[in-house]
Formats: sequence, C-alpha cells, structure tokens
Amino acid sequence: MIGLDKNGIAKRIAKEVKDRYYVNLGIGIPTLVANYVRNDISVEFQSENGVLGMGPFPFEGEEDADIINAGKQTITTLDGASFFDSALSFSMIRGKHVDLTILGAMEVSQNGDIANWKIPGKMVKGMGGAMDLVASAENIIVAMMHTNRAGESKLLSKCSLPITGVQCVKKVVTNLAVLDVTQNGFTLVERAPGVSVDQIRQSTAGELHIPAHVPEMQLD
Amino acid sequence: MIKKTVANIQEACEGVSSSMTFMFGGFGLSGIPENAIGYLSSLDISDLTCISNNAGVDDFGLGLLLQRKQIKKMISSYVGENAEFERQMLSGELDVELIPQGTLAERCRAAQAGFPAFYTPAGYGTEVAIGKEARDFDGKMHILESAFNADFGFIKAWKGDEVGNLIFKGTARNFNPNMCGAAKITVVEVEELLPAGSLDPNQIHIPGIFVQRIFQGEKFEKRIEQRTTRPRS
Repeated sequence: MIGLDKNGIAKRIAKEVKDRYYVNLGIGIPTLVANYVRNDISVEFQSENGVLGMGPFPFEGEEDADIINAGKQTITTLDGASFFDSALSFSMIRGKHVDLTILGAMEVSQNGDIANWKIPGKMVKGMGGAMDLVASAENIIVAMMHTNRAGESKLLSKCSLPITGVQCVKKVVTNLAVLDVTQNGFTLVERAPGVSVDQIRQSTAGELHIPAHVPEMQLD
Repeated sequence: MIKKTVANIQEACEGVSSSMTFMFGGFGLSGIPENAIGYLSSLDISDLTCISNNAGVDDFGLGLLLQRKQIKKMISSYVGENAEFERQMLSGELDVELIPQGTLAERCRAAQAGFPAFYTPAGYGTEVAIGKEARDFDGKMHILESAFNADFGFIKAWKGDEVGNLIFKGTARNFNPNMCGAAKITVVEVEELLPAGSLDPNQIHIPGIFVQRIFQGEKFEKRIEQRTTRPRS
C-alpha cells in the first residue's frame, strides 16, 4: 500500500476540525479522528444514538452497556456531556447545528454524490444515519482509501453503487491525497507524503483538476 | 392518579397476535425491551411487521424472533450485525424496508405527536425517495414521509412509576421516548418500578399519558455488542 494508513488519514482530517466545532464522526476511519484533534481547541463529538460530549473508551471493568456510540462501542462521556433521544439527535443533524460531519464511503463521484450503504445482491447493511447526515450537513468530509481491494478507483465520474446522497461531499481525504469537490470535478489539493501527482492521477477515475503546484500534506 | 401497572409480562402483552405491527426501542442491543422480546419469541405468533432501528444479533434481541421466523417484514435503518437476518433477506424470506435513521425516529415522533406526515431532505435522489412526493422548499429538495401506524410499542426505560412516568439512562434512551404513545398500546418495561411520587416531576423524560402498561422487567442481561476499553496507564 502506498501513502497513508488509516491513522494517517485520520491525522490529516483532524486538522480540519476547528475550535468550537460540534462534530459527528462516522464508523471506521472517522472514529480515529478524535485521537488526533489538537488539545488546545474546544470540540464536542456528537454520536447519533444520543450523546454529545463523547469521551474516550472506558477503562477495563468500567464499561456500561447503557453508554455506547453509534458503532455500538462502549464509551465514556466528558464534563458537559448530554444524552438525548433519537429524534432530538437528528434535529441537531437535520437542523444544521452540527458543524462538521466526517464519514466513510465506498464511492464518491466528481459532483459530490456519495455511496456507502449497499452493494446490491451482496451486502445490505443499511444507511443508518448517513442519509440524514449527508442531506443536511454543510461541511462533509469523506475519509476513505483511494482505491478498493481490487485496486479500482473509488473516485468516479458517476457512482456505480446506490447513492446515499446527491452533491453533498465537499472534501475527500484518502491514503493518497486531499481533494476538493468543485465545479471542475475533483481538484487535487495535497499529496500524501511520498506520493506523486502521477500516482494520484492513475488512481482517480473521475475528472481530476491538477493545479500547477500540489503541496505535500503536513501531518504534524 | 391513573395507574398503568400490570402484574407481569403476560398481562403486559395481552392482545398481541399474528400479522400485527410492533415497534421496539433500542439502538443495537442498548435499551432494547429484552423481557418483552423474550416473551414474544415464546408465543405462537408470526407474520409480524417490526419497526426497530436494528435487528438484534443472531441469538439476542430481535434475532430471537428472526430465528423462529416470526417476522415477515422489518423496518430498520441498519441491520449489519445479524447473519441470520442477512440470510433471510437475501433469500427473499424476509421483507426489509431500510430507511434513514432520522426518518425512522421522526416517523415515530410524528405518530406520537399527531402529524400524519412530514418533509425531510434525507434520502432525496436515492432509492429511498422512489414513489414518494418530492418538493422544493427554499431551493432544497425534500421528500414526504408518513407517520408510523403500529399496534404495540415495546419500550425499555430505566426507572418508571406506577402512573407510567419514565426516566431513561444514557444512550439506552435512543428511540424509546419517541416510540412512547406512537403505537395504539405502549408497553414499558423498567429496571426499577416505583410508587407514584417517588420520581421528581422535573426529571421525567416521558409523562405517563403516553404509556398504557408498565411492569418491572424480571431480568436485564444488557449485553454489550462491542466491548471497547483503554489501558489504565
């Protein structure tokens, strides 16, 4: 594998988390982002099953079946945390009170469509809260590997899988690059350390706009 | 004072029958009405339509009703944790309607609050929107979703009193409050059932008016789906 590992992707996305943000983290790579957010800023993590102010995993022996995150993992809460019901949780999301949403994807298209809930005939897990999140959030970052296990690009001209939302993704961070979704399709913003523009071009099936200068990601 | 207490699970579930629509609170295995589910799985009823965010795991939660093939249709947002579920769905034995989680919560709340339907942006442009009215509000597209219509709602709360006032704990709250009063009959199981006057009225999450039957659950296993911890150093 070239480029970043999952923790590297999370580390880069953590730089997009700003002071006083309420942030919703999806399952998978997005969950790791919480580990890398600067500790000199104030951020609260929302989990759609009904908690704001999520903390780290509990110490062994202190797990509570009544306190979990959206991935059904046992968690803790921080000072200032609150619990609420599912309808209120989605009022936070649909009502645009959450500042940043970070989620995983199977495919993203050059116009910002995202697919992450179903592979017809093979895998049907459901959309969970993803459709609500992508339909309403104004600031959506996708965290994913640039290619799938078969080596095929996950950044496409058009999604081949059933979509989760239309024209909603603004930024994609992969193991290879940071890309913005713009009117010109994907615009290459940064390269992962040691990854060339050519490697990114070869791994991107959708339209890719490459500026004259593409800086390398700064991770620390 | 209008008392809602029933003596036991049998009395709490009186009137359930085949082909009914049931709602179940819970997110994953957290806050599921495990006493009611256990009892329903022992009854000779089938062809049920079940509304629940998830479908349990193979041997716990709604997985118990799936194992016994009592469920005809599931309405859920995420079902990734259950192999038997996936098998029945892919083989066509089980009808499954997957809907966005916020839409699921709001369809419960709408039923509770007396709204027949509402518009939401969630699912616009996707499979979820097929056959539904779409409408532009302030330049953004929304789809029309309807309130649920269920026969029984099965709820799990932490503490309750004999008039049906409820308090939930942690993220075991989830869909439970939204489902209270959303079905024709709301059945609540609590860990601790107290006399009226024991709970502070300021702290009540759901007033007893939304509850028809309340009982103290015999046993709460409270299984943890993903036990995650950090080292103590």
